[in-house]
Amino acid sequence: MKFGILVNEGPYNHQASDTAYQFTKAALEKGHEIFRVFFYNDGVNNGTRFGVPPQDDRNITKLWSELAEKHNLDLVVCVAAAQRRGILDADEAKRHGKDGDNIAPGFRISGLGQLIEAGIQADRLVVFGD
Amino acid sequence: MSVKKFMYVNRKAPYGTIYALESLEVVLIGAAFEQDVSLAFVDDGVYQLMKGQDTSEVGMKNFSPTYNALGDYDVNKLYVEKESLEERGLTVDDLMPLTYEDENDDYKEKPSIRVVTSEELSAIMDEQDVVLSF
Repeated sequence: MKFGILVNEGPYNHQASDTAYQFTKAALEKGHEIFRVFFYNDGVNNGTRFGVPPQDDRNITKLWSELAEKHNLDLVVCVAAAQRRGILDADEAKRHGKDGDNIAPGFRISGLGQLIEAGIQADRLVVFGD
Repeated sequence: MSVKKFMYVNRKAPYGTIYALESLEVVLIGAAFEQDVSLAFVDDGVYQLMKGQDTSEVGMKNFSPTYNALGDYDVNKLYVEKESLEERGLTVDDLMPLTYEDENDDYKEKPSIRVVTSEELSAIMDEQDVVLSF
């Protein structure tokens, strides 16, 4: 089955991203396809590489990045939600005159159309949120 | 491209959290994809459609006028759960009189808001291909 995944909550504050990660990983291990993982609302905060959680805790962003690299996953951060919350890639940082970017490896910033497309293309869109 | 039934489920009050505003942003972008779109308002989500919203004292943008534009985007099925209204002492008269022009009926102006019971809403949800809840 082809899944689309929507993550609407930030890391650590809420379990949504952990559960979405575990679901995505399990689906891939069972041979399913993940069309895209889309990060919206505070979920965009999963896409910063500047998080430094304690060493005895999981690093959610790093887990997503590693999973993306292993399975060629498409991790998309909503541009509008990201701008509000200060998640920037190099192009966005330049466009808005910011002095740095913080997007994590394997993530890319794009528009909400990518979420709708995931809804259209996937057999199931699974929402992880509050 | 195939047309799917998309439903946006709005469960939170319009202010206090950003869910209502960012849900509306998805609806507006999504309208360009010409899918069969409906919105559901349940629990505190029914407050999103209240008449006379005034945010001047809380320093937030009052985005409620945007709901008036939905009809122009062919988003004209706004299901409001009857039980959620009643639990909050509200009736449909407390909500904004949102309308759309029915292109299949000589562009007559018709109400977009449909009050449905929890059971009816459950059946409508069951028909959907994609349910996004905020």
